[in-house]
Amino acid sequence: MAVTLTDAAANRVESFLANRGKGLGLRVGIKTTGCSGLAYVLEFVDDLSEGDEVFESQGVKVIVDAKSLVYIDGTELDYTKEGLNEGFKFINPNQADECGCGESFTV
Amino acid sequence: MALLQIAEPGQSAAPHEHKLAIGIDLGTTNSLVATVQSGEARTLTDVSGAAMLPSVVRYQADNVTVGEQAAQAATQDPANTLISVKRFLGKTQTEIQQSYGQLPYDFCEHDGALAITTAAGNISPITASSDILKALKQRAEESFAGQDILGAVITVPAYFDDAQRQSTKDAAELAGINVLRLLNEPTAAAVAYGLDSGQEGIIAVYDLGGGTFDISILRLNQGVFEVLATGGDSSLGGDDFDSLLVDHFKRKTGVMNLSPSVLRLFINKAKACKEALSQYAKVNVGLEFDDEKYMVEVTREKFDELAMTLVKKTLRSCRRAVKDAGIENDEVLQVVMVGGSTRMPIVRSQVAEFFNKEPLTSIDPDRVVALGAALQADVLVGNKPDSDMLLLDVLPLSLGLETMGGLVEKIIPRNTTIPVARAQEFTTFKDGQTAMSLHVLQGERELVDDCRSLAKFSLKGIPAMAAGAAHIRVTFKVDADGLLSVSAMEKSTGVQADIQVKPSFGLSDDQVANMLKESMTNAKDDMQARMLKEQQVEALRVIEALEASLATDSQLLDEAELSNLKAEIAALAVIRESAVEPSDIKAAIEKVDNASSVFAERRMDASIKKALQGQSVDNV
Repeated sequence: MAVTLTDAAANRVESFLANRGKGLGLRVGIKTTGCSGLAYVLEFVDDLSEGDEVFESQGVKVIVDAKSLVYIDGTELDYTKEGLNEGFKFINPNQADECGCGESFTV
Repeated sequence: MALLQIAEPGQSAAPHEHKLAIGIDLGTTNSLVATVQSGEARTLTDVSGAAMLPSVVRYQADNVTVGEQAAQAATQDPANTLISVKRFLGKTQTEIQQSYGQLPYDFCEHDGALAITTAAGNISPITASSDILKALKQRAEESFAGQDILGAVITVPAYFDDAQRQSTKDAAELAGINVLRLLNEPTAAAVAYGLDSGQEGIIAVYDLGGGTFDISILRLNQGVFEVLATGGDSSLGGDDFDSLLVDHFKRKTGVMNLSPSVLRLFINKAKACKEALSQYAKVNVGLEFDDEKYMVEVTREKFDELAMTLVKKTLRSCRRAVKDAGIENDEVLQVVMVGGSTRMPIVRSQVAEFFNKEPLTSIDPDRVVALGAALQADVLVGNKPDSDMLLLDVLPLSLGLETMGGLVEKIIPRNTTIPVARAQEFTTFKDGQTAMSLHVLQGERELVDDCRSLAKFSLKGIPAMAAGAAHIRVTFKVDADGLLSVSAMEKSTGVQADIQVKPSFGLSDDQVANMLKESMTNAKDDMQARMLKEQQVEALRVIEALEASLATDSQLLDEAELSNLKAEIAALAVIRESAVEPSDIKAAIEKVDNASSVFAERRMDASIKKALQGQSVDNV
């Protein structure tokens, strides 16, 4: 299993990385916080850390640390527009529930 | 799910969290505010694009003006226009009169403290400073479009004593600013140049501002700046260089007695000439007044010659400071230039010669202190857990608290820079619970048994309430020395308990590395265990809640219903103990939920009925 990107997401990440001018790829992970326990982390990566797994999807390197992987294995990351807002969306098969505001989730 | 944006490494915002922090340079002559955005510090400007706010406040009967507008009124309304109030902070009237002689202000006592009588009443230096801070805060708020500002780092001169520092803090509080920390101005300048993550050693900060000169000798040792010596001259600054040029103009034009307006013109021209000479070797100054026209040529050499006495004066202070610090000139590793007047080439070259070292000048000397403060503020609110900022240490392992079921709730994640304070609210698990035991843990694992126990203490005297109704705020604080203190407070009564844990918590690097590795290899098991425990806790909560309500309202159910519900509760209690899959417990909880829904409905009906009894429809 792995973490993958849709075409739309991969295009966005590539252009963000190009604008930023540096970075190995995209870090996808979780941290334990928020009202329902877990929140997603989405960051640029400059340096790999110990325990990082690197996947390649649509030509973009996706970096996940070993601890987060168990919560988000199989996740597909999409880039969508919802009304006036646009951004990345996690389609995570492990996710069971999320808090009302949608900023945190449970597995 | 909310849509997410990609963050810089280590800067993901936690849910519901917007961490905005500002750095404020509360100067004697000018003040600035800066913040870090997208990893870069920048000063914030007002609507007209000016970054510097003159530290001047004018008090009229029904109006307070701050900044440029107030400064312009200074000559016409001197008694109500407070200039350079920073000099008065934490001072008594006698001290001020001794240091500054005759001032155009009407000093008085107000509530036992020094104040100045103005058209708007008695104004203390603290109030005046807070009005300047308010203007800066407002500027920041406007730049951030309504986002909360978490706190500010405010800079103070290194020589400020406790009373002056406390006054600065009071002013900030009055302005509604949460002070993350007061930072010494020279330290802020060094931070802006990134010297905090550089080589350890001695750093000299040469600060020549509009009206004051300060020299500070710092030692960077294990990421902490220590002030070795300070010196300077509280009445030597850029203005004095201007008046040298004014005297020069007088000699050249032969006009010795100047009317106030002509003097103003001369001063403005002198200032412009001085600034131009930083770039050009020769400047022609046109002076037009009283139908007369003069043209004065000033070469940089001439200016340098004029300025030399003043520059030498600053170097004498430097020599004294170096001596006070007990070091030699050649021990100085870096020299940082602060203050607009350090743009003068003569100042730069003389300072370079004195320390035998090219001073650092690449950052705008007017803004460097505010930028350093902003960088520090950014770290203190935790926007930069991945620290390239060596000034402060980082936590090697997460710190947390035991919650029901033997789980660990992390309060401060690992790699957070210290000093840091984080708070979280907890509540009671049982009805009528009056005490809470707090178990402080260190580590990355999910279960208490796999983490390292640091301390235990208990909070007593919680008023008896229904489970989940109490608000207990637990605050973890780690100071710059790594000392952890944990405090817990019940919010309605204010009862409090706390404990302190010694620095570094006694772990070797190997032990830390081991604990991290274990959290990786056991990630899956830990998650499973955590979910199981969570369900067990949830099951216990359901059982206890039902048993409590059955004890009072069991008559609402007939015998069959009652025995059925009791059987389901008993089954849940068994599964809770025996199940290995969290989903089994979850299913059993759902069964109990279903079995109890009739009971819940009837209890609801009964309590509504009770509440409505004896009330007429009109009253409801």
